[in-house]
Amino acid sequence: MKWLGAAAVVVLLLLPAALSSYAITVFIFIFFYAFLGQAWNIVGGYAGQLSAGHAAFVGIGAYTSAVLSVQAGLTPWIGMFVGGLLSAALGTVVGYLGFRFGLRGFYFVLLTVAFAEVCRVVALNTDAVGGALGYYITFTGDPWQFQFQDNRVYYYVALGLMLGATGVVAAIERRRFGAYLIAIREDESACEALGVNTFRYKMLAMVVSSFLTGVGGTFYAFYLFSLQPGAVFGIPLSVEIIIRPIVGGAGTVAGPILGAFILSPLAEISRSYLGQGGWSGAHLIVYGLLLIAVVLFLPRGAYPALLRLWTRMAAQ
Amino acid sequence: MSPGAPLLQVTAISKRFGGLVAVRDLSLEVARGEVLGLIGPNGAGKTTAFHLISGFLAPDTGLVRFDGHLLAGLKPHAICDLGLVRTFQIVRPFPHLSVLDNVRVGALARRPRMAEARAKAQEVIDQVGLGAKAEQRAGGLTLAERKRLELARALATEPTLLLLDEVMAGLNPTETAAIVGLIRRINEGGVSILLIEHNMKAVMALSHRIAVLSFGEKIVEGTPAVVANHPRVIEAYLGEEYVHAPAG
Repeated sequence: MKWLGAAAVVVLLLLPAALSSYAITVFIFIFFYAFLGQAWNIVGGYAGQLSAGHAAFVGIGAYTSAVLSVQAGLTPWIGMFVGGLLSAALGTVVGYLGFRFGLRGFYFVLLTVAFAEVCRVVALNTDAVGGALGYYITFTGDPWQFQFQDNRVYYYVALGLMLGATGVVAAIERRRFGAYLIAIREDESACEALGVNTFRYKMLAMVVSSFLTGVGGTFYAFYLFSLQPGAVFGIPLSVEIIIRPIVGGAGTVAGPILGAFILSPLAEISRSYLGQGGWSGAHLIVYGLLLIAVVLFLPRGAYPALLRLWTRMAAQ
Repeated sequence: MSPGAPLLQVTAISKRFGGLVAVRDLSLEVARGEVLGLIGPNGAGKTTAFHLISGFLAPDTGLVRFDGHLLAGLKPHAICDLGLVRTFQIVRPFPHLSVLDNVRVGALARRPRMAEARAKAQEVIDQVGLGAKAEQRAGGLTLAERKRLELARALATEPTLLLLDEVMAGLNPTETAAIVGLIRRINEGGVSILLIEHNMKAVMALSHRIAVLSFGEKIVEGTPAVVANHPRVIEAYLGEEYVHAPAG
């Protein structure tokens, strides 16, 4: 398995030389959504706390570094950590309210969605950040301002984000922190009885997750150069973040990456082929059908299913 | 603290749920090294008493003192850190995790390093006789095995006092005998035990002393021999008429 991962990384490093500009764009989105999925995976997959408002963290990270860059000239290479910290601050608030007052399941989902919606409405009505018109970054091509002439640089930055987050998740999984998160997902009361401070570990998961997601916001801002409240704080983005780890296997290191490699090309294909015939939004139908299929046939995601297949084949 | 002081000292705790008094003025003491049996008819308040002692519920009145610490306001995980751990009547394994990973969660309480916790977990699993099942998913275990797993997880936290809530319920006589032997060995290893159990033979065999609860109150406390023949105990279990009924 380790070999396979290492080989895949080498291939991805060499790939841009052979890819068209369009294909590179597709890969950038795969990496970026895999990164966001991986960040969500910590709190949603491992700890089993279903945040459906992670777009809020993307949005805060994106607006923070964009405004700091445009207004104050602060390099987004630093702004991304400021955005991450602000996202983590919001994550702390959401986590505290949810976990201190024991909101589980649907109630926690609603809480997280509500916070993201509040963020969206605030951005929509704050003229300083463009309000409903959105916030725009003028392209200068200055690498110090996180802007690159060559699409391949974005490719490597996105790849780095994905691999970095994956490294974080893999490190968490190997430690007591990860073992506790998994156990919390399985049975919280039993964890408490066994000496696990469930509140503390859930909070920690939320803070790390929201920080990473906030860092991702900077990439979003400086790849797309325009921030629309409805897009960057909206429920559709939250769904995009969640759906990849769920399809690929929530609570596994490889799940979000596998999910991104399954879903992003699918979305791209359905968007470009079906979109032409006036079927824009058809990729959402594809998502819906795929999600139903996953829930029915692979309730723990594609990666665990592949793993079972692998061991069965290895046994023969 | 002096060596003569009890390990667990419960002083006049009460818990009310709406109009129902689940536990009334209950006082208990468990000495170091002791096995105290807690028996009583269904609904007598035994499991509620466990919740109150282990921090899953807060008593309305009364105090719980453990190993020199007042437990008021402490969460279950903090109480576990002090060395008091409980099992659940309805066993609660982590179903998707292996037996080893289940027990490792308990072991991590005292051994934050994964490798050390794993070694401790393996040791405890062997101790409770689940060694052959270590790699199996907990969700696929039989009831008897789950009860052992519940015990193993609690033991892995290296407690000084173990609260066991009906670890024999649903087991056949052979399985019960095995668990009785296991609990006795755990106790001989220096762990004090507070035991809720309906299996009278097992309670009588294991306990140094027994406390009897009925409708939330302690009605009798004493050695197994005293409790077994006490008219109030017979009354609580079988009804008043049996106490005065002629033998045979």
